[in-house]
Amino acid sequence: MIQALAFYLFAFVVVLSGALTIASRNPVHSVMWLILAFFNAAGLMILVGAEFIAMLLVIVYVGAVAVLFLFVVMMLDIDFTELRAGVARYFGIGLALAVALAAEVMIAIGAWSTGPIQLARRAAPIDDTVPNIQAIGNLLYTRYLFVFEGAGLVLLVAMIGAIVLTHRQRGGVKAQNISRQNARRPQDATRNTSPVVGQGVEL
Amino acid sequence: MTIGLVHYLVVAAILFTMGVLGIFLNRKNLIVILMAIELILLAVNINLVAFSAFLHDLVGQVFAMFVLTVAAGEAAIGLAILVIYFRGRGTIAVDDVNRMKG
Repeated sequence: MIQALAFYLFAFVVVLSGALTIASRNPVHSVMWLILAFFNAAGLMILVGAEFIAMLLVIVYVGAVAVLFLFVVMMLDIDFTELRAGVARYFGIGLALAVALAAEVMIAIGAWSTGPIQLARRAAPIDDTVPNIQAIGNLLYTRYLFVFEGAGLVLLVAMIGAIVLTHRQRGGVKAQNISRQNARRPQDATRNTSPVVGQGVEL
Repeated sequence: MTIGLVHYLVVAAILFTMGVLGIFLNRKNLIVILMAIELILLAVNINLVAFSAFLHDLVGQVFAMFVLTVAAGEAAIGLAILVIYFRGRGTIAVDDVNRMKG
């Protein structure tokens, strides 16, 4: 009973905040609703016992991706009212397409739930005596090791790409050159002169 | 009253449809389009995890992690492109993106 209550709570909030994400006028509010949707999706995943993915969702999506969105939305000076202009024009076709897509998915779910569908052999059956995180670790670092390394490579390329794309060299900026400072010696920097009285020194 | 696989599939389907609708509704605003794509990937993740839990196969959760990885990389690169585009043009309206005449 309490599980059903929690499911309906999380499901309702995730759908509601998803709707408000795409419907908000202000993109900052959109990001906030997106964060709420991620939190509630994490709750849904905890309900089925996938704690690791739920925590990953909170850490990666809420902690990194949503904050990145927030930074970009606040950094760019954009007139958002102008960007909302075409909403009414595309609402009809968008809604028609969305309803068609939803109907197709529902038909697929209905077909799945009516008949006994022959499933393939389980690739990695869940062992209830092993904790979720430990089971995922056992699988990830043995059978899916190379895919895991590939995922790390994807993240590395994304990071380098983002830095290369957004980095710009600005001219006319005075910066400290530490190696030049360290290489400076007294005999290069100072000079003994004997100026004639009343004439001063030429520097 | 037990919560079965179909409940989760319906929630994921609604969320997925909402993401697709979001791309249509905010056709001009690239930031909200990226957020809608995140919603779509979230729906896919809910599907993968639900199937994984109810069919007792852990591989679904492993793949949900990879989907998460790709989503994070995609958001980083997409927002970086958005920032340099805004720097050069002063706008992010999708309709104006026709410099390459593709």
